[in-house]
Amino acid sequence: MNNNIYNYLLQLADSSLILAQQNGTWCGHGPILEQDIAITNITLDLLGQARNFYQYAAQIKNEVDGSSSNTEDSLAYLRGEREFRNLLLCEQPNGDWAQTIVRQFFYTIYLESLYAALSNCEDEQLAGIAIKSLKEIKYHSTWCSDWVCRLGDGTEESKERMEQAVDNLWSYTGEMFIPSDIEEKVIAAGFPLDFPAMKSQWLQKVNEVFIEATLTIPDANAFMQTGGKQGIHTEKLGFILAEMQYLQRVHPGAAW
Amino acid sequence: MESTYNIAQQASIKKVWALLEGISDPEIPVLSILDLGIVRSVTFDADKKIIISITPTYSGCPAMDMISINIRLAMAAEGFKHFELKQTLIPAWTTDWMTETGKEKLKAYGIAPPKSGNENPACPQCKSENTALLSQFGSTACKALYQCQDCREPFDYFKCH
Repeated sequence: MNNNIYNYLLQLADSSLILAQQNGTWCGHGPILEQDIAITNITLDLLGQARNFYQYAAQIKNEVDGSSSNTEDSLAYLRGEREFRNLLLCEQPNGDWAQTIVRQFFYTIYLESLYAALSNCEDEQLAGIAIKSLKEIKYHSTWCSDWVCRLGDGTEESKERMEQAVDNLWSYTGEMFIPSDIEEKVIAAGFPLDFPAMKSQWLQKVNEVFIEATLTIPDANAFMQTGGKQGIHTEKLGFILAEMQYLQRVHPGAAW
Repeated sequence: MESTYNIAQQASIKKVWALLEGISDPEIPVLSILDLGIVRSVTFDADKKIIISITPTYSGCPAMDMISINIRLAMAAEGFKHFELKQTLIPAWTTDWMTETGKEKLKAYGIAPPKSGNENPACPQCKSENTALLSQFGSTACKALYQCQDCREPFDYFKCH
């Protein structure tokens, strides 16, 4: 079981780390100062949440292996592309501000119901991380929803860009609600993850906000891309990892 | 619990609390870590090791690493060698744990302290309640940005968490 929890923790950590890495490139480039600060604060929360999952994963791995060589850093910097289990959504390009907002909105709404479920997990440490993270995610949720409305129900151009962003990203949303092997295993072991319920909560919230934003919600049964949770990624992830891991790969163990 | 300790241990615990009072939040230096409410307990374990239990504020708050280092340095400087810092996640940290003194210190420093309820925080400069939210995210993970509609001064609000 420990190995399954370890793998599940990596899945959680990888998605938030990769999205944080992507969002981080907005730092200093946000459309206005306040929003530059907002997106980087959200990024900091995601990175912190990823760190908590990696630290816990490293602890489990060390116990299983009887070693002390696994750390949050080794897990983030020294695993290859095929070992990353992040959602494909998180590795999609920043695009314009609209695409960044839509990507963040889809992911945030998903995390909201995921962390709410994990808050009741019997694994105390995981539940503790989820409870703490959920408090942070609620702020993200309000912020993202406001921006979806502002841009969706904004100017002709902002609406058009939002529609384009939704169109670009929609096929990467289905994967969130299709349990992977690892998720099936932790569910079998008693993790309180109800995928159909999370999907309907997600669709309901997206629908609510899209109505207010005067955006059309695409077909939930459309063709969906999968593979991220299995380590089969889009081309983009290799580039993200190359940049993120460069220093530790070229100068192993480099520290401040 | 404390009564089960001998006099020397009780004195040590007292000393540790006093030392922790002297450690401030690196991002809001007017607040001590006790004002913030992140130190949950100071105890001895079965091996007579001092266990300091702290609860992190925000997942990604860079101040937490700094605070841990400062606690270790302060303990070492006071000659404590047999101790451990433990992170406690449950229950999650909440701004309800911030002390009243802490809230007063924040206000005097120009940051509106966390408050429950839906009304906007009052301006820490002119006390006006006519304030508006500029951004839910501010200069650090724990703050939002408001502006006073009377004195026009922008100010940080320590978010309720």
